[in-house]
Amino acid sequence: MAKALGPVRRTFAPWNDPEAKPFIEFRGVTKRFGDFTAVDSVSLGIYEREFFALLGPSGCGKTTLMRMVAGFEEPSEGDIFVDGQNLAGIPPYRRPSNMMFQSYALFPHMTVEGNIAFGLKQARMPRGEIAARVEEMLKLVKLAPLAKRRPNQLSGGQKQRVALARSLAKKPKVLLLDEPLGALDKKLREETQFELTDLQQELGLTFLIVTHDQEEAMTVADRIAVMEHGRIVQVATPAEIYEQPNSRYVADFIGDINLLEGRITGTGGSSVRMACADTGAGIFVEQHLQANAGDTAWFAIRPEKVSISLDRPADVTVNTVAGKVWDIGYLGDVSIYHVRLATGAIVKATVTNRTRLVERPITWEDDVWLSWARDSGIVLVS
Amino acid sequence: MAKPGETKQSPWRWLVVVIPYAWLLALFLVPFLIVFKISFSTTAVAIPPYTPTLDLSGGLFGLLDQIRQFTVDNYVWLTQDALYTRAYLSSLQIAAVSTFLVLLVGYPVAYGMARAPRAWQPTLLMLVILPFWTSFLIRVYAWIGILKKEGLLNQLLIWLHVINEPLTILNTNWAVYIGIIYSYLPFMILPLYASLERMDESLLEAAADLGSPPMRAFWRITFPLSLPGVVAGCFLVFIPVTGEFVIPDLLGGSGTLMIGRTLWAEFFNNRDWPLASAVAVILLLILVVPIAVFQNRAARGEGGL
Repeated sequence: MAKALGPVRRTFAPWNDPEAKPFIEFRGVTKRFGDFTAVDSVSLGIYEREFFALLGPSGCGKTTLMRMVAGFEEPSEGDIFVDGQNLAGIPPYRRPSNMMFQSYALFPHMTVEGNIAFGLKQARMPRGEIAARVEEMLKLVKLAPLAKRRPNQLSGGQKQRVALARSLAKKPKVLLLDEPLGALDKKLREETQFELTDLQQELGLTFLIVTHDQEEAMTVADRIAVMEHGRIVQVATPAEIYEQPNSRYVADFIGDINLLEGRITGTGGSSVRMACADTGAGIFVEQHLQANAGDTAWFAIRPEKVSISLDRPADVTVNTVAGKVWDIGYLGDVSIYHVRLATGAIVKATVTNRTRLVERPITWEDDVWLSWARDSGIVLVS
Repeated sequence: MAKPGETKQSPWRWLVVVIPYAWLLALFLVPFLIVFKISFSTTAVAIPPYTPTLDLSGGLFGLLDQIRQFTVDNYVWLTQDALYTRAYLSSLQIAAVSTFLVLLVGYPVAYGMARAPRAWQPTLLMLVILPFWTSFLIRVYAWIGILKKEGLLNQLLIWLHVINEPLTILNTNWAVYIGIIYSYLPFMILPLYASLERMDESLLEAAADLGSPPMRAFWRITFPLSLPGVVAGCFLVFIPVTGEFVIPDLLGGSGTLMIGRTLWAEFFNNRDWPLASAVAVILLLILVVPIAVFQNRAARGEGGL
């Protein structure tokens, strides 16, 4: 049971509401291609108006999972429900979802207007309504002056907006986004990420995004499902994923992490004690953990939670360790100190450069002390 | 010595360009000019069977004298005898119908090839090109054996009890169409395949996602995008079929009127070289427009090839 992160204000959290029913539901969904299992018995509930992210490295099954919602693949086992309707056997052109493709897949022989209107024509909307809806979509993505252009006359960012407008034109129940921002440069990607979240809030739709970029997932998503080898490892909000990963895989996948191996020496109530071979000192963590003494475990702490100082701390027997500065990564706003311990392990400590010094007090080869608070890290057993 | 700012051009570059040009000049342009010149001559009982034959035996004045014997009578004759006009029109009509039939047969084949598993595609391509490795003439002869009264097709149909009496196919226009479709199919399939294979499959997924069933997606997306290939294939069939001789001669009947046979008859049966040359020149003029359009498209990159 995860500890509440203090008084965090949350207005939208249907996953915590026992009355709420999921809008998209995967029940035991498995997909095999010959011998290869791409998706392994995935059960997941996504709520209406949620911006949900499937996150994982290439080949983890996230794209296959989403394609099964779209209808391009059928599950080998299990069922998928959207708004209570079982989608088994329904071809893609009759599903309540629309997809924004990674390669945009714009029709090269149609104008921007033609592309956006395509889906509406398939739905046999009256001509006047189609024109009105197309105009609405163009205004939404701010591409009204480019309505008559062809895809080969557009820049990458503009193509992406057309693809987005085209997928939103039918106001689908679910919008599927397949790595939509991958082809954009950094600045454009950041701008578009915020535009996407604003859009989703404004339209009140359910978005399902697939990405391998953890920053993107953290920025846009209400909840993230981290996947590995076809299985879901953890489903939680970005903050929970970052501060309360349930495994080394998740801790390492998101952001930077220090992982120190050791043995559990004792648990009791709300605390865990570890003997850490890497640090040579004991670790005391405030955490509820079901584990036995003698179990192998890992202490995971984010670099920004590690304090570094030249002065020796008061108590060096717990939650401190001595080392020598091995390397410094100076990024301007922060400095990342790679500290080499006596055991040879390297621990990273990130310090915000609050003062405008060019010469910093801690430099290479310095003997330093690293320390952290009792609730700054967590113990992981997997 | 290259000027500053100019890239140094190898002299061998010039040679690479000149050799094909020289080949084309010697083996295409010069023979055509000879035919062109003969079309302004008149028949003669001589070897060669026309006059004047240009030579320098009479010196420069003799040459001028010979040139003065040139006449446009042959061209006038072409306009006067309805046979030639009918032959031209019949050729164009047969070519147009054949092109359409080849497209009808070739499109599904090209589509199947483009959608086949990647690993199979080189093999399928080989199978389409393989017949070119055998003699064209022999292959057309083979069709005689298939289409004649006692031929393989009739034997098969009678054996299957589809018909009781053998069909007369050989020496009719139908046999000509079959022969043309068979022979020119690769010319349609290859550009079509190239065009279809290049199409992004995610476009069809996008069409389906937006609500288009497969048939509608084909006509709205696949077919329009394959049009460059369709046009290229049609040109590659229409232009040569118009002047086709072997197939109508071997497979067609006396009623199959094509300009290629007319030309042959004038040249060999009537020994009227000048008239035959005039027929050839007019045929080229008729085809110059489609050839130019085709070249223009290919040069602008819309070729589909």
